[in-house]
Amino acid sequence: MTVFIIIFLLTLLVITALAIVQTSNLFAAAMLAGIFSLISAMTFFLLDAADVALTEAAVGAGISTVLFLGALALTADHERAGTAGRLIALVVVTAIAAVLIYTTFDMPRLGDPNAPSQLHVAPWYLEKTPEYIDVPNVVTAVLASFRGYDTLGETFVVFTAGIGVLFLLGKAPVGQPKLSPAMTFAGKAGLRHYQIPRVVGRLLIPFILLFALYVQFHGDYGPGGGFQAGVIVAASIVLFALLEGEERALQALPAGLLKLLAAAGALLYGFTGVACMLLGGEFLNYSVLAHDPVHGQHYGILIIEAGVGFTVTGVLISIFHSFAARGAK
Amino acid sequence: MMDLLGLYNYWVFAILLMIGFYAVTAKQNLIKKLIGLSIFQSAVFLLYITIGPVEGGTAPIFHEGAARQVYSNPLPSVLILTAIVVGISTLALGLAIIVRIKEAYGSVEENEIREIDRQ
Amino acid sequence: MIVDAVSWVLLTLGGFSVLIGGIGALRMPDLYTRMHAASVTDSLGTMLVLAGVILQAGFTLAAVKLAATLIFLLFTSPTAANALASAALMAGINPGLATPWRQEPRS
Repeated sequence: MTVFIIIFLLTLLVITALAIVQTSNLFAAAMLAGIFSLISAMTFFLLDAADVALTEAAVGAGISTVLFLGALALTADHERAGTAGRLIALVVVTAIAAVLIYTTFDMPRLGDPNAPSQLHVAPWYLEKTPEYIDVPNVVTAVLASFRGYDTLGETFVVFTAGIGVLFLLGKAPVGQPKLSPAMTFAGKAGLRHYQIPRVVGRLLIPFILLFALYVQFHGDYGPGGGFQAGVIVAASIVLFALLEGEERALQALPAGLLKLLAAAGALLYGFTGVACMLLGGEFLNYSVLAHDPVHGQHYGILIIEAGVGFTVTGVLISIFHSFAARGAK
Repeated sequence: MMDLLGLYNYWVFAILLMIGFYAVTAKQNLIKKLIGLSIFQSAVFLLYITIGPVEGGTAPIFHEGAARQVYSNPLPSVLILTAIVVGISTLALGLAIIVRIKEAYGSVEENEIREIDRQ
Repeated sequence: MIVDAVSWVLLTLGGFSVLIGGIGALRMPDLYTRMHAASVTDSLGTMLVLAGVILQAGFTLAAVKLAATLIFLLFTSPTAANALASAALMAGINPGLATPWRQEPRS
């Protein structure tokens, strides 16, 4: 029965993607991209990938939309219609799509228990996780422990992206005035028009942060983990910056602290691996961290998820501030 | 018929992939290209997540009770979690570069930028 | 059995009101009337659908989480609609039949 809901959602995805490509108003395209991410999050949830659904909803429908809007505020509003080479592109694209659809007839159908992907490594992970790690969420166990090295690389990728954006947008261009309190939304537009969002926002931000902490520490027992928690904290700080102004957001969490947080998270992850080596195991083999291998795995997962959460928080808020502080007129 | 319906995910993957690819190659506006790139990435995520579920299975989170519960494949979720985060990182970097291009050239349309470069 | 029937009714009514909100958002002539139609989805649709799902969940932790989600949505959706309408007014889009809004308020 869920297969019909999945088919409906996938059709919506195609329609939304067509609308994104066709519209010339970039603001509408950014909003539609957020809707696209939300619909794909729903599809992922129905396809039994709960962690991925949470991450896609937080990242795609939340942070990604904010980044697009920040970039759009600094660049163009509408797309100018270009005409060169569109027919060729359309023909090539249709041909490749036809070839791809022809090849899909060999793929196993959705949910086939005899598909190759279900038969080789996956049963081993499902069987051995209670024995080695004893954590209910197998995805977190694989992500943080069995394939912890990949996650270390991913944390470094996030950190590198933060460094890159800070290099590109960190220094204000010549001739740009510094931020002043009058430049906030509340300062420019007059307080009364933003009274309700400010009151409700101030009420909700502590609960959003509390939820982020819940997601961080419950990554072992349900969908969640460091990335999702970091994104949710970043979203709450973005809400604070939108309502109270850049000045006050930078007073609450200074830029230096954010950079420190980003670096500290990645370092924490790396040092956990080195600590495991110093205690006699291999790099990122958490079993040596405690008296009992399973407890060691629990401690290791806790520490590295905290590291990931710090890095993602620091990097995403720094990126937001880089976009928001640029071009403040 | 149910077999064909079971392939619908892959067809949508192919169509979304090509829609994103079209946006990246045929559109002139740099931000539109980036949005097309993110559609392309989402199509790839869809392909990987589609090979995960099992009939009668549930999300790979153990809970008390059901001893003979069938669980879906956890590995595509792990891959795609990393891929989503890497995707947002490249998106942020790409948008930062676009902002600098706008400041340097005054436009974010690819043909106008080529014109300015040619002079 | 009764609980199932009641939750079915609530879910159907919720889906129906979401449909009404969607049709209204398409057919209304003006930005503000469209927002008003879409807010039916935000409030009535959300409440009915989530109430139906809470009845399905029974007395478990999931029902508490759903109730918390409902409260959160009841706070944020009207606020978002208010912020949108404020922003539209500040941008200079006037409601259809009203006299034009002046940029500086009187007091």
